[in-house]
Amino acid sequence: MSTMENLYLLVPLAPLVGAIIAGLFGNIVGRTFSHCITILLVAVSFVASVFIYQDVMAGNTFNGTVYQWLNLGDTRLEVGFLIDHLTVLMMLVVTFVSLMVHIYTIGYMADDAGYQRFFSYISLFTFSMLMLVMSNNFLQLFFGWEAVGLVSYLLIGFWYTRPTAIYANLKAFLVNRVGDFGFLLGIGLILMVFGTLDYAEVFANVSKYASDVAPIPGVSWNVITAICILLFIGAMGKSAQFPLHVWLPDSMEGPTPISALIHAATMVTAGIFMVARMSPLFELSDTALSFVMVTGAITALFMGFLGIIQNDIKRVVAYSTLSQLGYMTVALGASAYSVAIFHLMTHAFFKALLFLAAGSVIIAMHHVQDIRHMGGLRKYMPITWITFLIGSLALIGTPFLSGFYSKDSIIEAVALSHLPGSGFAYFAVLAGVFVTAFYSFRLYFLVFHGKEHFGQAHHDSHGATNDSHDDHHHGLAPGQKPHETPWVVWLPLVLLAIPSMIIGYLVIEPMLFGNYFSDSIFVDHELHPSMAEMKHEFHGPLAMTLHGLTSLPFWLALAGVAMAWVFYLKTPNIPEMIRQKFSWIYTLFDNKYYFDSFNDWFFASGARKVSGMLWKFGDIKLIDGLVVNGSARMVGFFSSVLRHIQTGYIYHYAFAMIIGVFLLLTIHTWFE
Amino acid sequence: MIFGFPLLSLSIWLPIIFGLLVLATGNDRNAPLARVVAMIGAILGFLVTIPLYLDFDKMTSAMQFVELSEWIPHFNVHYHLGVDGISVLFVILNSFFTPLVVIAGWKIIEKRVAQYLAGFLIMSGLVNGVFASLDAVLFYVFWEAMLIPMFIIIGVWGGPNRVYAAIKFFLYTFFGSVLMLIALLYLYVQSGGSFSILEYHRMPIPMTAQILIFVAFFMAFAVKVPMFPVHTWLPDAHVEAPTGGSVILAAIMLKVGAYGFIRFSMPIVPDASHYLAGWMIALSLIAVVYIGLVALTQTDMKKLVAYSSISHMGFVTLGFFIFNAYGMEGALVQMISHGFVSGALFLCIGVLYDRMHTRNIADYGGVASKMPMFSAFFVLFAMGNVGLPGTSGFVGEFMVIMGTVNVNFWYAFALASILIFGAAYTLWMVKRVVFGAVANPHVEALTDITFREKLLLGILALTVLGMGLYPLPFTEIMHTSVNDLLVHVARSKL
Repeated sequence: MSTMENLYLLVPLAPLVGAIIAGLFGNIVGRTFSHCITILLVAVSFVASVFIYQDVMAGNTFNGTVYQWLNLGDTRLEVGFLIDHLTVLMMLVVTFVSLMVHIYTIGYMADDAGYQRFFSYISLFTFSMLMLVMSNNFLQLFFGWEAVGLVSYLLIGFWYTRPTAIYANLKAFLVNRVGDFGFLLGIGLILMVFGTLDYAEVFANVSKYASDVAPIPGVSWNVITAICILLFIGAMGKSAQFPLHVWLPDSMEGPTPISALIHAATMVTAGIFMVARMSPLFELSDTALSFVMVTGAITALFMGFLGIIQNDIKRVVAYSTLSQLGYMTVALGASAYSVAIFHLMTHAFFKALLFLAAGSVIIAMHHVQDIRHMGGLRKYMPITWITFLIGSLALIGTPFLSGFYSKDSIIEAVALSHLPGSGFAYFAVLAGVFVTAFYSFRLYFLVFHGKEHFGQAHHDSHGATNDSHDDHHHGLAPGQKPHETPWVVWLPLVLLAIPSMIIGYLVIEPMLFGNYFSDSIFVDHELHPSMAEMKHEFHGPLAMTLHGLTSLPFWLALAGVAMAWVFYLKTPNIPEMIRQKFSWIYTLFDNKYYFDSFNDWFFASGARKVSGMLWKFGDIKLIDGLVVNGSARMVGFFSSVLRHIQTGYIYHYAFAMIIGVFLLLTIHTWFE
Repeated sequence: MIFGFPLLSLSIWLPIIFGLLVLATGNDRNAPLARVVAMIGAILGFLVTIPLYLDFDKMTSAMQFVELSEWIPHFNVHYHLGVDGISVLFVILNSFFTPLVVIAGWKIIEKRVAQYLAGFLIMSGLVNGVFASLDAVLFYVFWEAMLIPMFIIIGVWGGPNRVYAAIKFFLYTFFGSVLMLIALLYLYVQSGGSFSILEYHRMPIPMTAQILIFVAFFMAFAVKVPMFPVHTWLPDAHVEAPTGGSVILAAIMLKVGAYGFIRFSMPIVPDASHYLAGWMIALSLIAVVYIGLVALTQTDMKKLVAYSSISHMGFVTLGFFIFNAYGMEGALVQMISHGFVSGALFLCIGVLYDRMHTRNIADYGGVASKMPMFSAFFVLFAMGNVGLPGTSGFVGEFMVIMGTVNVNFWYAFALASILIFGAAYTLWMVKRVVFGAVANPHVEALTDITFREKLLLGILALTVLGMGLYPLPFTEIMHTSVNDLLVHVARSKL
């Protein structure tokens, strides 16, 4: 094994070792050692990723096996790595954000009894996510896919005594399983059609089967379309796309660091990554791409609306994540895979920043999350304030900040797409810009500007985390002032704020219009010319920025910010007025379009009812009652009849025997 | 044979002899001695099976470690033992579990200790006999004898409703066995007086007879698996059985039925197997979906895991009757994995039951606060039951689903629903038992697992993870035998 191969192994294994040490021996080695060792090992992983990045940039990609997992007939199922430009980018993002979150956790979880367990989980997550992105085959992809789901389950339910947390984690797992159901069937179809689960072999043979009909009885779909849609159902679960989005807002029950790491920056983008990785498949099916685009558009716009009325600081950011994931999905649908990955990267930085900054606010507010009980915080926590502002500006797509380049490119790509549904998608992403700006700055103004609402005796009325069981809910005492959080908390904010500002300007040219992804993303420029046309119109990042200042999205964003300013700072009684006037819309939004109620009623309690009925009628009444105990009763009945013949008198028996002999003789003579 | 030792005979008779020795220690005054003797016997019984794996020739599907001598010459009955790449795994699995159940019953069983432990040792030997027999009469003797210790274990050390459960268990399985005996006698006559199972594999049989034989075998084996609709004895038997009984029932007894399908039904009557495969697939799918749903509303933990077992065994029977390598190997892997996972889950439930004396889910809540280490194990095994990649539970399910897609996408569609149902019933139970605030003073008083329990669950955790991360050693050994079996089954015997 060469040095580089050892380095590849080191990247995922280092966090795994950290997870094992902190998880199994956390109580022996203590808190400080646990966080030191996990942080050190994630840092090792990050540094190794940097080296690998340089190596890949020098032209050394890798596709090889680590060990053989299983033989399936003639198919070898293996654990292996594919190291190319896409992988190494994901590795950098994952290890960097993970490192920031690890450091931040020292401050955020300082008082928690499950300190070592938490570090163990986030290191385990880092391992799983790295295995997912570094995989060179579908099986390992599924491994990582489910493993990140498991850690997400464990982390959402980290505070396992809270009813809301353990409700949320079960829900997250089950909704994800619905996605995995499709994903696994997609993998099954791939194995059946291609006879292999290796990416390279599948992609090499994809054109052979491009026009075949799917081997699904009763369905006359194209096989590639069927595969892509099934795979994308998996992505809908993991990346929380409509209608499998319902788990993500509830996942905010988990501690804030993991909301940043798992439910914003990395795990939820696994679906986006997967589709980009599968670009050679998706490129062959316009139907699948259309489906992807429309799903993303629905998520981008309609989940954005819900962010407007949330009062829990984390939930606003969560809905914004849903909406941004929708943007990435739209980009995938428009064949702009590189743009989706670009937005994935910028979003990872600024959204992790926003979540961690929100967490910083939560610490300062002594675990109050209701933004109506905040206000004016900029005086007390300047670093959090500035970094949060940077994050918000990046999110709404302010020129020169990273979000501008990725989001504008998405809008541009959709505008140039000709697929069915692209018109709706274009409208959705444009309208989404306004909505994003509005809810982002509503949040920003309510938290950092305006009157101070904290320190009042309030009987919680916020969000879902308002129960008295919650031992983390203290709130500031009347008169108490919040103050800036310790350096372990604000340092990651600063370190994340830097890429949130500059990375878009720096990398847009090589990533989108250069050859960066030439080895890992395939676009059929004949059929889907968006990217080629964009490249034609692109004249450097500065020109793009200047052009952006005069374009529609910029003004929409500005309008959103202005409206938020008017509504929440200038004349704060407007929202209440609107709310009363359009109460039905408010109710609709407040109930999240009734998805949760429907799922609870139809799927959760429906399944329980069906289950109870099947059990009572099928197993108890029919099989046990009628057949099993029935036959037992029948035997009992016959024996009770026969018992009457058993009189015990010899002459009865003798008489019966004579009759019997007589009958036998009669029959015998009859048939002679 | 290693150093001239007849390994298979040892794996059968060593536990039985030790069982008799344990019985000889007599009443409960000698319980400590009985435990030690039983432990030695169980460990020796496991050790003698290890060479079976190490010295196994993976390149051939012929029977290995063969022992052949006359038994009842008048009827041409032989003492004929041997294992191929399929049965060898189950001999080892069975012997592996015997020390575990001895440890599990170490402190818990205080009445009639010697008899309890002897029951498990003797049963272990008899089950090995079932897996290793190549003579139909020998097989039948072991097959029926195996019922007796289990019947006694449920009937004597079981719960309040133990007599009903024991009799239901006995009658259900005995009913099927009698039909199998008739089929075996028919084969004896047709083959011109042979009880050799391998001879039956070769001899031609007309279609009508094949179908009748298949049905007779089906009655015997389907009850044991158990397949829908002859499954209702299992939840009752589990609920009433003591922990060790449940473990062996789930881990080993169910596998005997499935083993019967591949040693008897499929190779002896291949044409009928193909002809009736549609029915088998339908019953298997019903087991997966219907039983998966039924498991959801169970209020008793053991019942829930019992239903989950039936649902998971649906994968096994389905994997057999789609006649491809993915399905067959997946089914075998699933059988082994299910042994580990469900055995571990029953042990976990036993751990809770020993402390709380209830298996009602509603009596629990917040166990994690009081028993963190136990909860970690419990969640791990639950994830194994859910079929999470990285645990053994995933491997078999994955292989069978992949195999089924090849046959009919919609079968796989129904089958994959276990991804959702399995997660729903398992994790909902975990949520209500392990997570949440401490529910009542009884839970408040719980203490975490002892060294003995840690040892037990730790060993099983290693096997569950080990098999999930590196299943190749398990499939490697069965590969040749499975391929030859599939080739054999594909050939008509009419």
